Amino acid sequence: MKPVFTVTKGMLPVSTSYCPGCTHGVAHRLIMETLDEMGLLGKALGVAPIGCSVVAHQFMNVDMCEAAHGRAPAVASGIRRVHPDKVVFTYQGDGDLASIGMGEIVHAAARGEKFSTFFINNGIYGMTGGQMAPTTLIGQRSTTSVDGRTREQAGMPLKISELLATLDGPAYIERVALDSPAHIRAAKKAIRKAFEVQLAGLGFSFVEILSTCPTNWGLTPPKAMEWLRENMIAYYPLGVYKDAEVK
Amino acid sequence: MAKKFQVVIDRERCKGCELCRSFCPKQLIEMDTQVNAKGYCPAKMTRSDECVGCTSCALVCPDCAIEIFAEEE
Ligand SMILES: Cc1ncc(C[n+]2csc(CCOP(=O)(O)OP(=O)(O)O)c2C)c(N)n1
Ligand code: SF4
Ligand code: SF4
Ligand code: SF4
Ligand SMILES: [Mg+2]
Repeated sequence: MKPVFTVTKGMLPVSTSYCPGCTHGVAHRLIMETLDEMGLLGKALGVAPIGCSVVAHQFMNVDMCEAAHGRAPAVASGIRRVHPDKVVFTYQGDGDLASIGMGEIVHAAARGEKFSTFFINNGIYGMTGGQMAPTTLIGQRSTTSVDGRTREQAGMPLKISELLATLDGPAYIERVALDSPAHIRAAKKAIRKAFEVQLAGLGFSFVEILSTCPTNWGLTPPKAMEWLRENMIAYYPLGVYKDAEVK
Repeated sequence: MAKKFQVVIDRERCKGCELCRSFCPKQLIEMDTQVNAKGYCPAKMTRSDECVGCTSCALVCPDCAIEIFAEEE
């Protein structure tokens, strides 16, 4: 039999701690498949966040370290500067990156640090039980917006890709989604591009990955995919926000 | 004759999320009624001969529980 789809050696053969149907698992696999296909598993160094994926280093078969909440971009900046031969990435949730870590990501992007960030936007604080994130949509219920988020009380959800694209430092920014096989294939292409931009030394690369949190959204995994498609993509348009050509 | 595919589901790694089932264009995946060691009802393949090898099930699986092979020509 000829293999058509096999599990990458970039994913350790263990059961993840993620809830059934959580797309953290899909995002992990895409990043690891990409590094595997590019022959970079031995050269990669990841920085894990605080959030459900605090344990990413137990599932990703690459060297990793853990950063304090939101500080992964600062840690990755240091690592990449001392190890210019490494391929460095951060993996961060929306609570981690867009709340407590907003300063770190903006300044790392502005400095054009030569690492890649994979930003898992699931519109909620998953790990701590479903509190409102800066990315929670208007009308979306969370444990801290029980009747749905309102503009009056919390302002509009932050569009991080658009915001970072106003800076001169980033070389590549794209927003993708994990709600369908077609979008998952496109997400993998964006992840590859982010690493290619880093290898070419062009500057900071960033992929925002619209993701699900079935548990805290209170939806079955298939329904959560639908909810992402109908609500998140409408407010967070998919596409390339910044693009430097890799020669 | 159409190419034949074999979809291998690791029932112990599966968390019974039903994503593969809901994205199979041919509706070839069902959930087992017997739970696995983790306590989930894992996905199981039915009517393998109708599989078109599109890989949709494996792409959406968050738990690396699906592998797909094609019969050699
Ligand atoms: C300094 C500090 N403040 C607050 C927390 C509590 N905390 C843990 S995870 C988290 C947010 C996680 O949300 P997100 O980054 O969106 O990740 P997800 O779990 O949704 O993937 C918070 C606020 C903490 N661990 N440390
Ligand atoms: S709480 Fe949400 S983000 Fe965290 S593992 Fe469960 S589904 Fe995924
Ligand atoms: S490869 Fe395609 S047709 Fe075959 S089981 Fe998976 S989703 Fe269904
Ligand atoms: S997508 Fe994966 S984990 Fe979910 S039911 Fe199918 S095989 Fe199991
Ligand atoms: Mg989150």
